[in-house]
Parts: sequence; C-alpha cells; structure tokens
Amino acid sequence: MTERTGPLRVAVIGAGPSAFYAVQALLDSEDPAVEIDMFDRLPTPFGLVRYGVAPDHLRVKSVTRVFAAIARHPRVRFFGGVEYGTHIALEDLKRHYHQILFATGATSHWTLGVPGEDLKNVHAARDFVAWYNGHPDFRSRSFALTQPRVAVIGMGNVALDVARMLCLTPAELAATDMPEHARSALATSGVEEVFVLGRRGPAQAAFTPPELRELAKLDGADLILRPEEIELDDVSRAALDAGDDRAAKRNVALLEGLAEAAPAGKARRLHLRFLASVGAFSANEHDAVRSLSLSRNRIAAKATGTVFAEATGEIEDLPAGLVFRAVGYRGEPLPGLPFDERWGVLPNDRGRVLDPSDGHRCEGIYAAGWIKRGPSGVIGTNKPDARETAGSMLEDARSGLALDPSAPDSEEVAATLRSQRPRYFTFDDWLVIDELERARGEAAGRPRLKFTSVEEMDAARR
Amino acid sequence: MKLETVLATKPPIVLTIAQDETLGRALALLAEHDIGCLPVVEAPGRLVGMLSERDIVRAAALGAVDLEREVATLMTRDVVQGSPGDDVEALLAQMIAGRFRHLPVVDRGELVGVVTVGDVVKARLDGLRGEVETLQTQVMEEPEA
Repeated sequence: MTERTGPLRVAVIGAGPSAFYAVQALLDSEDPAVEIDMFDRLPTPFGLVRYGVAPDHLRVKSVTRVFAAIARHPRVRFFGGVEYGTHIALEDLKRHYHQILFATGATSHWTLGVPGEDLKNVHAARDFVAWYNGHPDFRSRSFALTQPRVAVIGMGNVALDVARMLCLTPAELAATDMPEHARSALATSGVEEVFVLGRRGPAQAAFTPPELRELAKLDGADLILRPEEIELDDVSRAALDAGDDRAAKRNVALLEGLAEAAPAGKARRLHLRFLASVGAFSANEHDAVRSLSLSRNRIAAKATGTVFAEATGEIEDLPAGLVFRAVGYRGEPLPGLPFDERWGVLPNDRGRVLDPSDGHRCEGIYAAGWIKRGPSGVIGTNKPDARETAGSMLEDARSGLALDPSAPDSEEVAATLRSQRPRYFTFDDWLVIDELERARGEAAGRPRLKFTSVEEMDAARR
Repeated sequence: MKLETVLATKPPIVLTIAQDETLGRALALLAEHDIGCLPVVEAPGRLVGMLSERDIVRAAALGAVDLEREVATLMTRDVVQGSPGDDVEALLAQMIAGRFRHLPVVDRGELVGVVTVGDVVKARLDGLRGEVETLQTQVMEEPEA
C-alpha cells in the first residue's frame, strides 16, 4: 500500500441520521483530516427524517438543523439523486476514496406470512408512510381511503403514526407538512373505524408513551379500549414489576386510565386491540381484502422469562377493507457487498464490514445506522452507533488500513458523476428547494409544501 | 428489546469448540480472541454446552489440569438458552440471578450467537444515550417545517 498524502477521503452512501452523525464524528478528527462526499439516491438529504417521521411531528424534524450545519462544513459535499449501484458503482468509489461508509438504512419490510396477505388493499405501512410524506417513489400510489374500516397490524410507533394520520381532522391535517396529494385524500377519506392490532398485551406494546398520549388527544376520533384486553394478566404483571422498563410501566398506567374514559362521540373511532393475531385475510369478489380472521391470545411465559402470545382457540372475524402491516422494517442487500440474511444487516464488527463466510474484513468498507444494527431505536440512537463506526474508521486510517484509490481527488469524483449522472443535486440545490417548499407552505397556510417528484425538484432549483 | 436486536450488533461469526477437542485448544481460543466463554458443539451449530473460564478454574482448583482433557468433560451442560425473539430484559434478570454472563442463542436448533451481559448493557446504554440525544435536540431546536 502506498503512503497516503493529503486528507482521508471518505464516501458516505446515504444521507439520513446515521450518515450525518458519522460525518460529524469524522469531522471532529484532526489527524487524519477527513474529506467527505455524501451520496443519496434521492435528491434531498435527511432520509427518514423527511420521509419517515410523521408529518405532525415537526419538533422531531428539528434535528435537520443540526444536520444542515454539518452539510455546510467546507470539507463535506452532498450528491443527491445518485444511487449506489446504479449511478455510481463500488469500483468507482474505490477509485476515489480511502474509505466507504454505508448508511443506507432498512429499505424493506417484514411480511406476516399468513394467507391472503397479497390481496388488494393490504399494504406495507412503510409504503403508506412514504406516500403521505411525499416520497417521490410513492407519490403515485393510491390507497382505498373510501373504506370505512381500516386495520393496522402492529403495536409500534409506526402503527400508531399510521392510525393517527387516518384519524386527523382537516384542521389537524393542515397543521402538518403533509404534501397536498395525501392531505386532500386523508381530509376527504371515508374512514370511520381504525383497528390497531397487537398479538401481545399492553405491557408488551412497542409504542412509546408520548405516541399513546397523542391518540387520546385527537380532535376527531375517540380512542376505544376493551377493559378485558387492558387488564393485566399475572405473568405480565410479574414481569413488569420485576423489570425496570419504564416505558412499558407508563404505557400500562396510561392505558388503564384511558380504558375508563367514556367515548365523547367523535366522528371516528380508533380501537387499540390487544391479544389478537391475524391468522388469515379473506377476499371479496374483487380479490380485495374483506375481513381479517383474528385469533384471540392469552399471555404465557417461557422458561427464559420471555412473555409470548398463546392462542386461546377463540377466533373472531374483523371486517376491514384496507389493511396496513406495520410489523417492522428490514435491511436489503447492497450490490457487491456481503449481507446477513438472518438479521438483515451488513455483517460487521463495530462498523467494520466483514465477509461472514470467513470473517475477513472487507477492507475500507464500513456500516452505520440501521444497515449496521437493524431497525431499532430513535433518531438519536444513531449518534452512539455512528460514533462507534467513525472511531473504527479513524483507528484504521491511522494504522494505514485503507483502500488505495488511484484518483483520490474531489474534482475527479465530480467528473465521474458528470459523465454518469449529470443531473445530480448539491446541498445548495437543497437549500433552494427547502426555501421554496417553505414559501409555498406559507402561501397556503401550511408549515411546508414538499415537492414530490424529482422533476419538480429539478425545475425548482433552476 | 429482543435478543435479535442485540445479536444484529455483533460480528457475524460465532466462535465454537467441538466437544471432543482438548482443553488446551479451548484455552488457546479463549486467549487468542480475548473472550471468557466458548459454546461447545457436537456438530456445526449443534449446541451441547458452554465452556467458561469458571469451568476451567473449578477444574484447576481440584488439582492439576490436563491440557489433553476433552472439553466435554469440563463444560456446563445444563445451560439457559435464548431464542432470537426473546425479551432481553427478562433474560438479563435471569443472567443476574443465575450469575452467568454468556447466553447462547439458538434458532430452530441452530446456534446463532452468544449474548453477554456486556452486550446487553451496551445496547441499553446506547438506547438511553440515543433518547437523551433526541430529547436534547428537540429542546434546543425550533420545530422544523
């Protein structure tokens, strides 16, 4: 390996939270000094903060100010609209960079594996979330929002986000940054009843207390709970008392209080249903979902203390004409890189990507965020995660472990891109788009009106 | 949190030793990889026990240690096993109560990893750090639009 002269040049694939936290940690290093190019397949930065965080959670999105300050650093460049494997290959990156960090997130989702899952009007919640957030790839999707009864499968924050969006009033929708196509569709929807379905009980719900509280404060929907599903079984009570899971304790206390409240007779009803597994979906004459077969569960504990749902044998039919599965995101393989099918991650040791067949390092290749650890935690969880990876990268660079690029030059990268992807977006382009989106929002009395196609963004930046 | 969440953060290779290998080989592996425990297998992925530093110390305390002794004669056979979907909280409570630090994780009969108390503590600490980071950002910054 030849001795590196000049700064350590790093390519970061992805521009979501873990990418920015990693860039921040790399910039803190003086020895070696680091130059960073970020690539995202979308024209815009910030990943799931823009396309995953709920449109009414504007405070959560405030983290983009932190990220924007990082992007403005003189040693950082952003190339939007550049997809790894399509517009830039691993070989290109190896020609220009000493290290390559993958922070591509979890871009797929789990399925339930039950009959009827592929019927019409059964969707991954992820697709609906991307649609109501104005993701360009999902802009033209449509959802049967004329259906009065909707089921959301899962008991995490994504399930609760989806249920809440389905229940917002026109006034509540106007206060969000939801793009117009989704806002108008939801404002005029025929949704009357939303059922959120969890296999296990209130003590095992994955949602967090603030998200639960929001459901109780909706202007247009009553939160409906069944006291018999909220009342804790002995196994859950013992597990809750023995552990120190504060979120679970708060959830249970909140639910116990909410179960006693009488419905106020609002236009919509949002049902949180516990101890119910979906066994199958049945179809109507148009091959669209008509109902869900629910298996009623009780809570039991394994020898390892894990609490699980056990079928009681009781079956219930729940009519619903639109279904969202919110049972978790999952990473996808990336071209030219190893992949751990079991956990859906790039196999790695503290961010250093490894070949799982022999445990050897993929030299110069690193991972951060959900593609490194799987989809868990809040936005801030990516900070310690990304710092760990950045630490490994800097340690390796100091001991001379890096790729040996033939053209480690920032101008060469731009030249490669100009030939392979002339329409890439810069961070300055994003600043123009950002300002226009806010101005459009202001004119419409909304916090922001997003551009929802690459063509619109391309026209806006000119 | 589930065990699989912790396992996903660990290197993909699970170091094991066959039950008919020698204590000398086990010691070499423990030293080389700077670890305190090895899952013992009868065939690749088929867990039959765990060999920990304590098992070796216990044998050593009883007299001279024969480095040619088979691992199967020293290992702990009756070990608590987890599966990827198990709750980390519940298992941590068992590990503390049972005073063991290494938990083999088995999925459909196949050993898929080992989770240590240290792994669990790190996962919880990172989770808490992340929550604090997010809360601080939300308090410090104006809502985004």
